[in-house]
Amino acid sequence: MWKWLHPYAKAERAYQLCNTLLPYFAVITVVCLAVGWIWGLAYAPADYQQKDSYRIIFIHVPSAILSMGAYSSMAIAAIIALVWQIRNAELAVISIAPVGAAMTAIALITGAAWGKPMWGAWWVWDARLTSELILLFLYFGVLSLYHAFEDKKSAGRAACILAVVGVINLPIIHFSVEWWNTLHQGATITKFDTSAIDPSMLWPLLINIAAFAGFVGVVTLIRLKNEILQCEKHRPWVRELIGRGE
Amino acid sequence: MAQHSYWQLFSSVYSKDVTLAFRQRSEIVNPLLFFLIVITLFPLAIGPEPALLARMAPGIIWVAALLSTMLGLDKIFRDDFNDGSLEQLIASPYPLSLSVLAKVSAHWTTTGLPMVIMAPVFALLMNLEAQALGATVLTLLIGTPLLSFIGAIGAALTVGLQKGGILMSLLVLPLYIPVLIFATSAIDTSSMALAYGGQLAILGAMLAIACVCAPIAISSALKVSVS
Repeated sequence: MWKWLHPYAKAERAYQLCNTLLPYFAVITVVCLAVGWIWGLAYAPADYQQKDSYRIIFIHVPSAILSMGAYSSMAIAAIIALVWQIRNAELAVISIAPVGAAMTAIALITGAAWGKPMWGAWWVWDARLTSELILLFLYFGVLSLYHAFEDKKSAGRAACILAVVGVINLPIIHFSVEWWNTLHQGATITKFDTSAIDPSMLWPLLINIAAFAGFVGVVTLIRLKNEILQCEKHRPWVRELIGRGE
Repeated sequence: MAQHSYWQLFSSVYSKDVTLAFRQRSEIVNPLLFFLIVITLFPLAIGPEPALLARMAPGIIWVAALLSTMLGLDKIFRDDFNDGSLEQLIASPYPLSLSVLAKVSAHWTTTGLPMVIMAPVFALLMNLEAQALGATVLTLLIGTPLLSFIGAIGAALTVGLQKGGILMSLLVLPLYIPVLIFATSAIDTSSMALAYGGQLAILGAMLAIACVCAPIAISSALKVSVS
């Protein structure tokens, strides 16, 4: 695997890989987003209790899943960057972080919008909501640490260390918050099983999750391409690329 | 160059930091005064009813402890960074994580330990029941070294920056949340005269993990900041 991976430590190869992968992710995103949203928002049956307002699930759940997925992929990239000293992995961490933060923010905002009609409050100090909010803080920490450094090389390394520290803490935070909540309030309101959903709602939901995953991939790849170009802007291959006007 | 044992390294770094702190007593006294002032603000802000204060006491004491730990964090590495001795520690043939462990222990001795000793007084100010006093002291005793370890990671990441202070609190405070939850719940439980050994055990487990993992993270962060 190492032999297969290590060419991508070179910026030029990583850039080409981004270019190769980008169309696939783009197609997945566009197709799934179109199908998932139209199916979910227009054709899926209304909930017997929540009526049409449940449809925000098709945005809320995918973004919540991807907020955590993005953090774990960011942490994996950070570990790779720290262990094998691969600069491109640092750039990947920085490319994923704002996308993940945006997903977390979407999940929180849609959650608040869903909570107002259903629970009667924009915000409840429920375990899931709280740990999602803390996740947002962790993303902000990584981002602001990166932007605080003048020297982008040490900025990337520092952000990687913080991402790894965060991912070790994340399960502790998650379980402590869950425990804190059950101590004070009893059962959680938001817990639900995917299997408890009717297939007519489950399928558009799954398609939407795929669409959001593709979307995160697309934005990350575009950002990664930019980061690579910016970091390698004095190299001949980048000059050639710019010269060709590509 | 004569080889020194790891213990000699630890004790010399530790005693240097503690001596420096005792020469500048304000470093020890100021966080304590800050702690006291924050605790004074709460009864003024929410009202002096004893029952209300006793209910909120664990949370207030612990939030004040978090904030006053934050005050001293920047000092752990800042002076050594400015006068270059941090570079010498990194360049020395001894493991950096060991000298980091010594520095964090010195930081705890000069900021955490005074808080633990003063805790009964603060608990009395907040009308906490007598049975919760033991829990307050014990949680602070286990929790404040944990705060020093986690905080030192943030301090090491930001020591190379000009205005690291606010950024450091942004990085560190979310990581403090589990400590806050378990410590306050231990005090809560003890004020209801229930067993709080479980919460203490979890705090102890977190301290054990931090003891092992945090020096590694801190030393790699220091290497990034100094390079």
